Amino acid sequence: MSAESGLPEPGAPLGHYVSDAPFDAYEADKAGSAQNRFAEASQLQLMWWQFRKHRIALLSGIFLLVMYGTALISEFLAPYDQHTRNTDFIYSPPQAVRLFHEGSFVGPFVYGRAQTLDMDTLRRVYVDDTTQVQPLRFFCRGDAYDFWGMVPGNLHLMCPAEGGQAFLLGTDRLGRDVLSRVLYGARISLTIGILGVTMSFVLGIVIGGLAGYHGGWFDAVTQRVIEVLQSIPSIPLWMALAAIIPVTWSPILVYVGITVILGMLDWTGLARAVRSKLLALREEDYVLAARLMGAGSGRIIGRHMIPGFMSHLIATATLTIPGMILGETALSFLGIGLRAPITSWGILLTEARSVSIIALYPWLMFPVVPVILVILTFNFLGDGLRDAADPYK
Amino acid sequence: MLRYILLRTLTMIPTLFLISVLVFVIIELPPGDYFESYVAELRALGETADLAEIEMLRERYGFDQPQVIRYLTWAGGMLTGDFGYSFEYRLPVNEVVGDRLWLTIVLSFLTIIFTWVLAFPIGIYSATHQYSWGDYGLTFVGLIGLAIPNFMLALVMMYFANQWFGVSIGNLMDRQYLNQPMSWDKFSSILSHIWIPVIIIGTAGTAGMVRRLRANLLDELQKQYVVTARAKGLAPGKVLRKYPLRMALNFFISDIGSILPAMISGAEVTAIVLSLETTGPMLIKALQSQDMYLAGSFLMFLAFLTVIGVLLSDIALAILDPRIRLGRGNVT
Repeated sequence: MSAESGLPEPGAPLGHYVSDAPFDAYEADKAGSAQNRFAEASQLQLMWWQFRKHRIALLSGIFLLVMYGTALISEFLAPYDQHTRNTDFIYSPPQAVRLFHEGSFVGPFVYGRAQTLDMDTLRRVYVDDTTQVQPLRFFCRGDAYDFWGMVPGNLHLMCPAEGGQAFLLGTDRLGRDVLSRVLYGARISLTIGILGVTMSFVLGIVIGGLAGYHGGWFDAVTQRVIEVLQSIPSIPLWMALAAIIPVTWSPILVYVGITVILGMLDWTGLARAVRSKLLALREEDYVLAARLMGAGSGRIIGRHMIPGFMSHLIATATLTIPGMILGETALSFLGIGLRAPITSWGILLTEARSVSIIALYPWLMFPVVPVILVILTFNFLGDGLRDAADPYK
Repeated sequence: MLRYILLRTLTMIPTLFLISVLVFVIIELPPGDYFESYVAELRALGETADLAEIEMLRERYGFDQPQVIRYLTWAGGMLTGDFGYSFEYRLPVNEVVGDRLWLTIVLSFLTIIFTWVLAFPIGIYSATHQYSWGDYGLTFVGLIGLAIPNFMLALVMMYFANQWFGVSIGNLMDRQYLNQPMSWDKFSSILSHIWIPVIIIGTAGTAGMVRRLRANLLDELQKQYVVTARAKGLAPGKVLRKYPLRMALNFFISDIGSILPAMISGAEVTAIVLSLETTGPMLIKALQSQDMYLAGSFLMFLAFLTVIGVLLSDIALAILDPRIRLGRGNVT
């Protein structure tokens, strides 16, 4: 038999080299080998790898996490309370933090300030008194506060020296520390975007989902409404709705109202995205299979279809947050958004309302820096998420 | 072609109808009306209000009638060019508004031209030099333009224009031309003022458009026909000009639909900061004093401007692209 087929006898030495290391036919499929790590990775892992490649997006994500982290503990980070008025230091320019005094190292400190009144222009003039060294204190007791309005405390990351002042970003017209107010403002300005987006997210998924899955008259009406909402310029519409908010509402209610207004008008883009995705996915075989097995439309949309494009939705939503933050800033700046005593970056910028103030007290424009940074990083993050949302590309 | 334009114009009607309903609901939402706040204000000043006159005005403008009737009167009036009565100024809305609508249109139009002129070359450069320093630099500058709030940019430019050129850039014309009929001097005065708001409003739109144009052109540049054209030895400039650019041009025109609402939003805020003689400052005042017909007309006008802008861009697109004109396929 062997002679007929030309095969050697079993066990006989072969004419060519054969490795005698044990052979495993499934070695290439085993977990842990380099090329399989990629094939076996979960969707989430693939997205993470893709996202990690986008350096700027990764850095932006970290920066935003830090920003939101500071918003959690504004009371601790701010050297002063947001409403503390230092009546002796009105419109005081920023004080520089120094390390060396007359050539010797003393650690971070600021020089004391002396105020004089320029009798010609009636402007307050501040001069650094270089004999007064006021070292900054850290983890110290300062202005009392209620942490998140509930837990009383007075521990601060940094405070001025006993009896001294430290306005690292200057003070405003009531002598309030700008740095502290920016830190407190982050809480309002950053959450308003998140809350607004959450709301438009829910609205977008529900309305877009129903329109895309059921089609018919509901779809037709929704399409029309979206078209209408998108063709009205958003700021005038926000202005009109914000003007409706009664003056008698408490600041917290106004905050909720503004969030609702921002969210109510911004769901259209998301609803469109959901609808077009659903229209495409509706024809897929797995949806048909689910329907044949008797799943209801709620289950099919929620369990089978939405997870398929959730990542796209999150990326789209991230890109709409900057618009909301800018919207709040603009409304507050125009005086129809949030109201004092709530502190947001928009409210802070109302202090820098006129050219003469910008010329005289330019540090009041500082709150625009966090606004720009947050909007830039949200844009980068959204770009990175969008690229990562489809890791198979 | 004519059929397409006709159909496209007809679809505007339900859109405009829904917008008018929405605007009416919004201006009706606040509790009370202009007269109530007016009377309260007079009382606060210690004056007595002429209640008979107010009752007369109320009756004349149908405040005692149900809202549906009032909506119909308002919307019907607009169709015949009667925009109602401004209670604050005690004049018909038409007279209060005056030049403002035209100036808003001129400002928006110039801003679009500015955006196009700037965004087109930058977008092409960024796409053809992807990942070069120029691309990164321009993208970054554009993003900064996107991130700075319009009103802050307006204030800072106002400051620097004052410092460097010694001009005051508030307003849209010199004082003496306000409420004057159009003349050559007034026209040139407007021209010398209008460029600053155009730049301020244009920056954000330009940045967005460059980003989208770049992405669009990059997609196009990777397609097979570009590779084929290159492989056959066509000069790079000619490849770009003959094929991908034409495709990108379609997108360029249809993108107006997405930047116009944002642009008008920005224009309103900028106009309030710079106190331009456009709709912005008057709209916010009207909203605050519940001067409902004036506010409603402004909102309606701004929405109308957007709808017309999108209509024009759609028609231009149809002229450019036979697939749309002949009603086949969906082109995005």
